[in-house]
Amino acid sequence: MKRIIFQWIAVGLAGFCLLPWYMVDGGFWAFDWIADPASPENAPALLQILLHGRWWLAGALLALLAAALVQLLVKSPVRAARLTAAIAALALGWTMLQGLVIVRQGPRILQDLFAGTAAEQGQIGFGAGAAVTLLGLLFVLTTAISGMGKGRGDAFVTGMIGLIVSLVGVFVFYPVAHILISAFQTSVGAFEPGLFIPRFFSSEIWGIGCLVGQGSCGPAINSLMLAIATGVGTTALGLAFALIFTRTNFVAKPLLRVLSVIPIITPPFVIGLALILLFGRAGAATALFSDLFGIEKSRWLYSFWGIYIAQLLSFTPIAFLVLIGVVEGVSPSMEEASQTLNANRWQTFRHVSLPLMRPGLAAAFLLGFVESLADFGNPLVLGGNFNVLSTEIYFSIVGAVANPARAATLAIVLLVLTLGAFLAQRRWVGTKSYATVTGKADSGAHVALSRGVKWACYLTALPWAAFTAIVYSMIIFGSFVKLWGYDNSFTLEHYIRAFGMKLKNGALKLTGVAWDSYFTTLEIASIAAPLTALVGLATAYLLVRQNFRGKDVFEFSTMLSFAIPGTVIGVSYVLAFNFPPIELTGTALILIIVFVFRNMPVGVRGGIAAMSQLDKSLDEASITLGANSFTTVRRVIAPLMGPAMVAALTYSFVRAITSVSAVIFLYTARHNMATTFIVGRVENGDYGLAIAYSAVLIVTMLAVILATQFLLGRRRLRRENRIEPVAAGRA
Amino acid sequence: MKKRKMLGAALVATLFAANGAMAEELSIVCSNEQDWCDLMTSAFTEKTGIDVSMVRKSTGETLAQVRAEAGNPKIDVWWGGTGDPHLIAASEGLTQPSGVDTSELLGWAQKMADISGGRTIGIHLGVLGVAYNDEVLKEKGITPPACWKDLADPMYKGEIQVANPNSSGTAYTELATLVQVFGEDEAFKLLREIGKNVNQYTKSGSAPSKAAARGETGISIGFQHDMVKLAKKGFPLKIVSPCEGTGYEVGGVSIISGTKNLDAAKKFVEFALSAEAQSLGPQVGVYNVPSNKNATLPPEAPDPSTIKLIDYDFATYGSTETRERLLKRWDEEVKDAGN
Repeated sequence: MKRIIFQWIAVGLAGFCLLPWYMVDGGFWAFDWIADPASPENAPALLQILLHGRWWLAGALLALLAAALVQLLVKSPVRAARLTAAIAALALGWTMLQGLVIVRQGPRILQDLFAGTAAEQGQIGFGAGAAVTLLGLLFVLTTAISGMGKGRGDAFVTGMIGLIVSLVGVFVFYPVAHILISAFQTSVGAFEPGLFIPRFFSSEIWGIGCLVGQGSCGPAINSLMLAIATGVGTTALGLAFALIFTRTNFVAKPLLRVLSVIPIITPPFVIGLALILLFGRAGAATALFSDLFGIEKSRWLYSFWGIYIAQLLSFTPIAFLVLIGVVEGVSPSMEEASQTLNANRWQTFRHVSLPLMRPGLAAAFLLGFVESLADFGNPLVLGGNFNVLSTEIYFSIVGAVANPARAATLAIVLLVLTLGAFLAQRRWVGTKSYATVTGKADSGAHVALSRGVKWACYLTALPWAAFTAIVYSMIIFGSFVKLWGYDNSFTLEHYIRAFGMKLKNGALKLTGVAWDSYFTTLEIASIAAPLTALVGLATAYLLVRQNFRGKDVFEFSTMLSFAIPGTVIGVSYVLAFNFPPIELTGTALILIIVFVFRNMPVGVRGGIAAMSQLDKSLDEASITLGANSFTTVRRVIAPLMGPAMVAALTYSFVRAITSVSAVIFLYTARHNMATTFIVGRVENGDYGLAIAYSAVLIVTMLAVILATQFLLGRRRLRRENRIEPVAAGRA
Repeated sequence: MKKRKMLGAALVATLFAANGAMAEELSIVCSNEQDWCDLMTSAFTEKTGIDVSMVRKSTGETLAQVRAEAGNPKIDVWWGGTGDPHLIAASEGLTQPSGVDTSELLGWAQKMADISGGRTIGIHLGVLGVAYNDEVLKEKGITPPACWKDLADPMYKGEIQVANPNSSGTAYTELATLVQVFGEDEAFKLLREIGKNVNQYTKSGSAPSKAAARGETGISIGFQHDMVKLAKKGFPLKIVSPCEGTGYEVGGVSIISGTKNLDAAKKFVEFALSAEAQSLGPQVGVYNVPSNKNATLPPEAPDPSTIKLIDYDFATYGSTETRERLLKRWDEEVKDAGN
């Protein structure tokens, strides 16, 4: 304990005394600050205090020294831990407070008190020194807390909880509070909480006209209906795909695999456009049906149904990715036991396998539900007069009349719906144990599906796969023709414009307009994806395996960033991180952070589902043999989490490439992203280029996904993943 | 222990990997078409040697970002896009007067500068119009409209598409134009009648013409330069300037308050207003009317001398008060009139 605390004190002191406290011009890694390490901009905190009169930075230094003294002098370990924790907490609070109070323009409050001091000149945002010092203080705090006996005295566990709580606090709660506050403000910014109730319960939001046959519904009701339908639909389709994969001997599994994953890697708007070209009033399929059956050409697509189809296409892969690991993880022994007790295949599936999949089904439904709520691209293209919350929020922020109060209120409505779904799924999953992966050898074979279930799966999944194939051939086709949907003569022009290259003096020169954003996007996505998976799975581990106070709140707070529409996140990031103490706008870092914290819930949900299947006795055996929880995680749990890891990595990588609404406010010319580029072209009516770019992105992502799966996807359970041969079926 | 350190190190490392402050270059947000943005960037850099980082965002997104960044702007100049958001930014003090010489500009561009106290200056004019898909109308056997009033004819039922003025500046221009042409009460009566023929109020202002191009709707209302562009691509789109007279938007260029690159920003505004720069537009398919008297007018551009243009009152109809009143009335009387 002592040793760890001293380590972190040393880290904190190093940050305080050696690294530049503030953000430096040109970036930390440029190392320009080394040339002039004592200037008011570049100096570490120690020199800031001594040379530049910034005495208010001293809090952290005093705390670190005091903590060291306490550790050396106080004999009782529990008292020492308590004192250290108190000191570290105070210093963290103080350091953040000074950052919020003394900003660029000088002190925000108590100006008189600061009169005549260096504080009047203000200060810029936190830099490397501040970050390292704060990190040191944080871990001193969490280690001391474990020393008080919390978290079963495990410094690793308390440290992880502390780190994740702080990260979520800083990168989710802090920015989002900036925008949600306007739900309680008048149009000129005065605080008036009474305004919220009438705004929240306005009939304009909750109108149920469409249900009783009079006019249209409010966006909240529309969104809710759509989200439930999408959640149920994607879960059912995802389950059908997962069952075909794990429980049948279907021949074309690899092809199905690609088809089941491809929609997730499609940039926004593209699915909507493809659907319009197929089923719009002037669409190919519409014309066909009109010729064959005399069905009148109509605009039915621009309604609930259009969005619903597009969302099913877009989000089924998420359900599939979550469910496949879970379905695979259901123990054959249980199924065999059921059969030994003379249950037939259907009974086994209905009463043994399916209930064991509950956590997976719940996770899949919740993700589908929340994705549907926050989806922006499909309703925008296909919405017609069907208004949903996400588009209403977007246009409340960027529309012809900006109305931040309305945007914030709608965002809160959206959060309430998410919270409702979250609580409902918690109730449904309950507190039963779903552990099926245990330390015991497990040599059975999975029971094949009963005939009825098998055909139900085939009949839902295969037509859907065929439909997906048609939609994607449309898209690929669109990239090779002059004017998609109108002039269908073959051309390579779009690819050349986007990804052209020339050999010049023996050197390859990239002349295409898309290269720049393509590389930036890949770079940012590959940095963000592993971080997302790491944070997500670490959180899942804490939620499933550890007990601590406030766990429920902690769990919901990690879902929060996912449920808030990207537009709200984007604007709130600008509001929060454009000013000291944390100044990040205009950097690539803010893009990485926004991806990590927006996509982390998928890692969390997938991780929870997979981890609930791992029997706790595995951990206990490891701990009994003297391993600490970190070693247990690394040597026992992580290797069993392969599919969940793939799902988290894949998903976060892909989302970093395809998400658009949060990014719109954050990208800059230097960090231009592929989706914003594509959306710009779509807005410009330049579909060919947009689709050619999308096609290249799809191929890129597919390659990455398959590679990830190949490298990480297989976990070695002590059983064979085989399916009971149908001919030898015992029931 | 190792993992936690690695995690910490990874986070800290990424935290600083990109944590650089801006280098000295002019940061411009462009609300025009992508190709036009790219061309202007390279032309400006070539002429002045000033490095530019330009990014394209819609006017609504830009205004939201400029508002959020007020006090510590990361953008220096906002170029292009419809004038209303520029005027709103000016009235909120988010932009600053550039003091650039406007004597070479046409009357409507100077007027924009007068209204905003020099904070935003007109760069181009986009005329509001009606477009119809020739093939769809022929197939249905209906005659094309020629006037605003024609649009109320029941034969167009389910064929007209227009944006929602709450979300789209284009549709607000249309609303304000009708009010100026017919008077407020008469205009709302007409809008209700047209509403019976409208199949969808889209969110985005350019969506209706794109739908008309592909035959998803028969008729659209929007800006003519968007329609020209689609027609040039080969879609069977025909453009009408309504006989009663039509309104227009004036695109603006503004310097953001508190910019750290004021001199370079001024140079860019001067360049954007010059005949030299504005004559480049047609190369990349920009078909609106440039504001500099001496700029060459693209042959495909709607010719203001042959179109009956109203004297659009930006001061009145750009003000928040009028806007909120008209939109409220639109919500109450027009929005649900069709269905």
